[in-house]
Amino acid sequence: MNEIILGISAYYHDSAAALTINGKIFAAAHEERFTRKKQDSSFPVNACRFVLDEAGVSLGDLTAVVFYDKPYIKFERLLETYHAFAPAGLKSFNSAIPVWIKEKLFMKDNLRRELSKLGREGEKIPQILFPEHHLSHAASAFFPSPFKDAAILTLDGVGEWATTTIGYGNGNKISMLRELEFPHSIGLFYAAFTYYCGFKVNSGEYKLMGLAPYGNPDAEETKSIKRKILETLVDIREDGSFLLNMDYFDYATKLSMTNDARWEKLFGFPRRKPEQELDQHYMNMAYAIQEVTEEIVLKLANTAKELTKSENIALAGGCALNCVANGRLLKAGIFKNIWIQPASGDAGGSLGAALAAHYIYFKNERNEIDPDDSMRGAYLGPQFSDLEIERVARKYKAVYQKFNDFDELCDKTASLLNNDTVIGWFQGRMEFGPRALGNRSILGDPRCPDMQKKLNLKIKFREGFRPFAPSVLEEDIQEFFDITTKSPYMLLVAPVVESRRCKIPNNYNDLPLYERLYFQRSDVPSITHINFSARIQSVSRKTNPRYWQLINKFKEKTGYGIVVNTSFNVRGEPIVCTPDDAYRCFMRTEMDYLVMGNYLFTKREQPNWSEKDNWKEEFKLD
Amino acid sequence: MEILKDIWGFLKTRKKFWLLPLIVILLLLGLLIVLSGSSAIAPFIYTIF
Repeated sequence: MNEIILGISAYYHDSAAALTINGKIFAAAHEERFTRKKQDSSFPVNACRFVLDEAGVSLGDLTAVVFYDKPYIKFERLLETYHAFAPAGLKSFNSAIPVWIKEKLFMKDNLRRELSKLGREGEKIPQILFPEHHLSHAASAFFPSPFKDAAILTLDGVGEWATTTIGYGNGNKISMLRELEFPHSIGLFYAAFTYYCGFKVNSGEYKLMGLAPYGNPDAEETKSIKRKILETLVDIREDGSFLLNMDYFDYATKLSMTNDARWEKLFGFPRRKPEQELDQHYMNMAYAIQEVTEEIVLKLANTAKELTKSENIALAGGCALNCVANGRLLKAGIFKNIWIQPASGDAGGSLGAALAAHYIYFKNERNEIDPDDSMRGAYLGPQFSDLEIERVARKYKAVYQKFNDFDELCDKTASLLNNDTVIGWFQGRMEFGPRALGNRSILGDPRCPDMQKKLNLKIKFREGFRPFAPSVLEEDIQEFFDITTKSPYMLLVAPVVESRRCKIPNNYNDLPLYERLYFQRSDVPSITHINFSARIQSVSRKTNPRYWQLINKFKEKTGYGIVVNTSFNVRGEPIVCTPDDAYRCFMRTEMDYLVMGNYLFTKREQPNWSEKDNWKEEFKLD
Repeated sequence: MEILKDIWGFLKTRKKFWLLPLIVILLLLGLLIVLSGSSAIAPFIYTIF
């Protein structure tokens, strides 16, 4: 009999569902992709339906349902925190406790009620298990990894109590060796700076990371900010553990991240208001906090090495999406091999929870270890047939050209890319995790100097400073980047090789933001960040043959086996899921072409977009 | 009530019996907050604090 496990993450942020069959990862998806609400936290009813349908199973066929954390221990943390800080925290208490009394304390009942809606009338609900939050992350990092044994580092905002853990995975076991507890959290520490620099907590961390290279490393202010962080805000120990000075952080008791008045006094400039013009203070601050974060990660990794003596490390948790820190960890060479869960945020907890149940609770052996990994390229979401693409085309009276020969379509698309056009690329199964990896992507020519500006301002409608990532043929990765390993999930940052770089002026770091940004830094300028770095996705022929084929065609025409890849969405919108989402996004933006399956849609041939929707109203800015 | 059994199990496993009075008080307080949609109860909450 098959052992089928449904993993669920929900009720905080980024709900998701994942399904494993006999330990094999079968399907996984974020709820936001179905509901079109960014980081939807509601019970993932659509994602659950999808994974069950994809496997052709029903609720009664499941061996277990696994929720990704332990609600009572989280409640314990809340109570002890309010108790410790009382009478401060009343406002936060007033917001938090009613939710717990009404819903979260009754998690098991809530889950049963929601699950019963998924099954047939009277169908038996399977047992529900609750692994710890960081065990779910650790399981999502280790079990799908290509390693027989590995050190495991999980880093995030907070789960129950833990905010950072070091563990060791071997075979089907995970032992937790060290743990840092709330309120001392690397995720919340980074989020506090995200907040102070005017970005949205829990989604703007990426922007802060992208902003960091604009900071001037030589400026006195940057050095001073870093010094103040280390002297006043955080006490970092040699083993990577740290204590935050809670006089400066309000998240434990209030509904904001920082004590703004104290921060302003410490750093000498106020919190940036959202959407306010970015000035050099915030860039320098971003640079400083990124450096401090990297130092903490490296120290933790050293401790993990000492404790486990393993050659391998697996990472997960929201902070493992800090690909700059990951790149530095790789370069430091503390571990021979590094693997990062592509769905490192809480959505990936659903997958980790299911795997933890399979290996740890049900004690199944872990005999087959895939030398690549067992994530199947993270292509675990829904896919759509030609029929469904044609249905959407009919619905919108769209004009398209169908190619029976995919090679011919790749040839045509590569020619279009070579003409500096922007193309929506929609193929196969949707990605699991926050990155688009060539199945729900917007593509461009990385050699085009204006591509970064065009994509940011006319296609994605997002901040002009934000960098774009390259997808490069796996076999060509070292032709472009100074990196010794593949990077299939866009989770490693490495520099563009010296030979491709242009000479920069001596006063480069002193130039204003946009002068630096639009300075041509390499022969692939639109994916070369301001400090010559790039967030790389290496594309494997084995894992994504269609995407590989397209990039290879582009290489045949141009000599460059590399394209710009950004997620198929506009600012604040979840990545497109269906052909309908893709066509609507295509028509709302200045994308030139859309390729869905074997169909090519040309913008200028499409009927006028008369739909009265306005993405700026539909999707809140992130 | 399964939830009371679960909470008791949780306190026993975690050896956090000292939280019991806190839980009772906070649950009662929380209950008042939930009910405080009615303005008659709202001042009572302020009186307690």
